[in-house]
Amino acid sequence: MIEVNRRGEVWVFAEQERGALSEVPLELLGKGRELSDTLKVPLAAVLLTAGDGEGMATRLGQFGADKVYLVEHDLLRQYQTSTYARVICELAQAHAPQIVLYGATAMGRDLAPTVASALKCGLTADCTDLQVGDHAPPGGKDLHRNLLLQIRPAFGGSIIATIVNYDRWPQMATVREGVMVMPQPDGRRRASLVRHTASFNGFTPRLRVLESERREKTVNLKAARVIVAGGAGVGTREDFRLIWELANCLGGAVGATRAAIDLGFVDKDHQVGQTGTTVRPALYVACGISGAVQHRAGMDESARILAINTDRSAPIFSVAHYGIVGDLRVVVPRLIRAIRGGARIEGLAEPLEGPGAPAREARR
Amino acid sequence: MGYHCVVCVKQVPDTKRLTGQAMKDDGTVNRAALPAIFNPEDLNALEAALAIRDRHAGTVTVVTMGLPKAADVLRESLFRGADRGLLVTDRRAAGSDTHATSYILSCAIRRLEPDIVLCGRQAIDGDTAQVGPQIAEKLSYTLVTYLEELLDLSGATLRVRRNLGNGWEVVEAKLPVLVTVLDTANTPRPPAAKRLMKFKKARCRSEVEQAVSHELAEAGEDARATEVARRCLALAERGLLIEQWSLDDVGADLTWCGLKGSPTKVHRVQSIVLAGGAYREYPATDEGVVHLVRELIEDHTIG
Repeated sequence: MIEVNRRGEVWVFAEQERGALSEVPLELLGKGRELSDTLKVPLAAVLLTAGDGEGMATRLGQFGADKVYLVEHDLLRQYQTSTYARVICELAQAHAPQIVLYGATAMGRDLAPTVASALKCGLTADCTDLQVGDHAPPGGKDLHRNLLLQIRPAFGGSIIATIVNYDRWPQMATVREGVMVMPQPDGRRRASLVRHTASFNGFTPRLRVLESERREKTVNLKAARVIVAGGAGVGTREDFRLIWELANCLGGAVGATRAAIDLGFVDKDHQVGQTGTTVRPALYVACGISGAVQHRAGMDESARILAINTDRSAPIFSVAHYGIVGDLRVVVPRLIRAIRGGARIEGLAEPLEGPGAPAREARR
Repeated sequence: MGYHCVVCVKQVPDTKRLTGQAMKDDGTVNRAALPAIFNPEDLNALEAALAIRDRHAGTVTVVTMGLPKAADVLRESLFRGADRGLLVTDRRAAGSDTHATSYILSCAIRRLEPDIVLCGRQAIDGDTAQVGPQIAEKLSYTLVTYLEELLDLSGATLRVRRNLGNGWEVVEAKLPVLVTVLDTANTPRPPAAKRLMKFKKARCRSEVEQAVSHELAEAGEDARATEVARRCLALAERGLLIEQWSLDDVGADLTWCGLKGSPTKVHRVQSIVLAGGAYREYPATDEGVVHLVRELIEDHTIG
């Protein structure tokens, strides 16, 4: 366990694979910057790799890291729990950071709890927000100042819980991809490089990776300007066709709730929500989605939200800008017609053209 | 020979049916008051253990930490084929976060000296997926998460295909090992009728005590104690007494147990307040839909 160290840094684990940084550590550097500025301590990235670390370190600096702790060793070429956890624990014990953030990726959710157990410190998973604040334990006279408030929905989504860790530091948290906004990189920013030599003397890994394969995601939800998403209310895989059609005529991507994925309507890559992808499109169309908090956490910052649901009291309407109370099997075809047909209103000479309208003379 | 497997299982609130009354003021869950189920991915972990025993011989012991009514999931495990159920229960464990829970479970599991520990990847109430990896660290067992297929098990080596979400990996690990199992790994076998008939009468000591204090409410403390001892003995003789360990039995250091022993604490809990923003409803008619589309085009959201 680390002593509570008020001068401790804010750290972000810089997840990388095969020499390329993942996106989530860059997003976490954005939030990390806010936290470190508030706490007035440096922000550092922790980068473990076999070689070629300097290129990634430069990028981490451009995204806001003041420092990069770089550990290069052949045993770190491919991720495995024991080697990576060992190095992070060594670094934490040497430098006593106050906060360590990880992406809640397959790697992060394997690594972070292992490190937390070894350091006997607290860890909160899948945070949807991180703030700095004070905490007074009930009945106590103490006030703990400037703690990391670790915020996440809990227990079926009926509540938002704020978790703190005031005496078993570092305060550690995992955050899913897309939850924090990626900062703008600054090409002139440089992080100072702190090289650390890992000591693997007498250490034999007890696991070997024999084969591995990565596949590209079939859909890029984070980059989509428009997302049309379906929930359990779509009813059947056949009816989910309507979601695809509407997405196609808007030039958008298809999203889905966890419930729709569990029901087999569409592949997991399309999941929007706390345990899926967090998105901020210009338009999010929620069809047959009730709006459970874990889903809302993944889309409620969309610029415009249109909800279509037969249930007027569905929570989705409370975050929507536009709502249609009706059966999506009727409403979605109407929407598609209106978009393709150029929204034509009786008595108006010119219909406005939607993106799905048949090609006409350019009118810009 | 065979392999000695321990499966960690959890009784969880059915999170689709939670209400505000489920939360206590200190931010922990009032577990006693909720409909409870067998955590889904733990059933997959149990199935994986039973499949190992089917193939390689050995034993399957199921462990759970919880209130006495968590004995339900142990009975369910016995119905499906587990050899032994063990309940770790103690009021002083209440309010444990993942670190305290994994500490307590590792104390219990250490006494069982398994070759392989199997856990579901995550529980549907906390959704953290932290306890499995933390138990592995405390026991110094090799951790293999996201098991989708057990490819080979021979001697002291396990070969597993892991599903990482964005791809997969085949790894080879040296025993002793802790694996976390995905719901896609297998289809859990149903309870076996004969085992159900036999083990539905299985009870842990606390359940016997609860029954006796209810049925013999009028009797004195001594009479009740005697009856509890008598019933437990009778159950044990028929192989129906579910073992029960307290924090003392597992040798746990109380500093690391319960609410006080948890590094993470709840600062506050808020009900979701759904605030309405600027919201306009459109009728579901052709005309209503056309108006909406015009609005979206006019403010450059689409088109």
